[in-house]
Amino acid sequence: MSVLLFTSLVLAGSFIAGFLGALTGLGGGVVIVPLLALVFHVDMRYAIGASLVSVIATSSGAAAAYLREGFSNIRIGMFLEIATTIGAIAGALIAAHVSTSTIAIIFGAVLIYSAYLSLRRQPVHAAPAQPPSRFVRALHLDGSYPGEHGPEPYAVHRVPLGFSVMFGAGTLSGLLGIGSGAVKVLAMDQAMRLPFKVSTTTSNFMIGVTAAASAGVYLARGYIDPGIAMPVVLGALAGSMLGARVLVQVRTRTLRIVFSAVIVALGVEMIYNGFTGRL
Amino acid sequence: MSTTAKNTHRSEWNDQRIELLMGRLLRAGVLLSAAVVILGGMVYLVRHGHAVVSYRDFRGGSSPLRSVSGIFRGLARFSGSAIIQLGLLLLIATPVARVVFSAVAFLRERDYLYVALTLTVLAVLCYSLFGAAGH
Repeated sequence: MSVLLFTSLVLAGSFIAGFLGALTGLGGGVVIVPLLALVFHVDMRYAIGASLVSVIATSSGAAAAYLREGFSNIRIGMFLEIATTIGAIAGALIAAHVSTSTIAIIFGAVLIYSAYLSLRRQPVHAAPAQPPSRFVRALHLDGSYPGEHGPEPYAVHRVPLGFSVMFGAGTLSGLLGIGSGAVKVLAMDQAMRLPFKVSTTTSNFMIGVTAAASAGVYLARGYIDPGIAMPVVLGALAGSMLGARVLVQVRTRTLRIVFSAVIVALGVEMIYNGFTGRL
Repeated sequence: MSTTAKNTHRSEWNDQRIELLMGRLLRAGVLLSAAVVILGGMVYLVRHGHAVVSYRDFRGGSSPLRSVSGIFRGLARFSGSAIIQLGLLLLIATPVARVVFSAVAFLRERDYLYVALTLTVLAVLCYSLFGAAGH
């Protein structure tokens, strides 16, 4: 394949991935790695390197808008970034020592799990049972977000559990070159009982810093190749910017089901190729 | 409620202002790096557009663009790949700049606990970018 053709096709594919990733809230990274590995026969290491830098671009672009709206809790984000960045370095170091087939199998499992998480009905949280712990008060993590009738305060729970899950999210991000937003949301929404909108926007806020922590390791190992990363970053960035604009006009429920089905199919394909040693 | 508690310092550096500036910083970083990547991409495509490429085998371990010094040597030759890589380096630096900005902002807010937490994150990032990269 010529450079021109490869660049054009990867640019178009990443644009669609970024567009659908922004619309569904799943992020483009989960599709970009399988796209590069399965369709374009790119080595897994190049694929996760290019995906990781595109994740920094799309999340930072979206964070600017969310920060203006006031939904992200920068203190919770900053505190939990200690866990995600250490996890990310651990993940990137593990990635160098396991076979690409193993990475493909883990990737497939994470894809299927992410699809499950996004399709499940969002559970309504019970009213906070206990007063905020001393830990939460010392870190002044509690906050408020813009509701329909002025600022709505919320409380933070089970910080140590959330912190541990965040370490796992960081490890997956560094190992697989994805933002692992689904696991970050799980930590804040399920473990720490934060409002859903606060969880998703704060998760997005943390993705860039988490990815930057493993990007240093990736760069030094040669995983970040300019010829692949250029169309992936530009395509995913443009797609996600467009996705954020049309987000309010489309019914996301149907789209989410379709996108999740695609992700499950890609996950099965990744696992199959991993076990047969083709990736 | 807690928002008012946070703003009791009565300084002009409240959380809302920090969030606004942080958002602008991130957007500027992304746009700047995208512009550099586009420039590098054009140089790269003009020079190598018709070359045949395959990424089936991993050869990144010997790439000169793995280090900052290698990237700058490439820039001296006006290499398209090196310009793209510089753009990607700026992209990686964008969230790091956000963390540095957070440390300064929390210092202006006199929130020393968060200055310490932010510096911890910065130390981890520096380990990755300078320490682990040396292995």
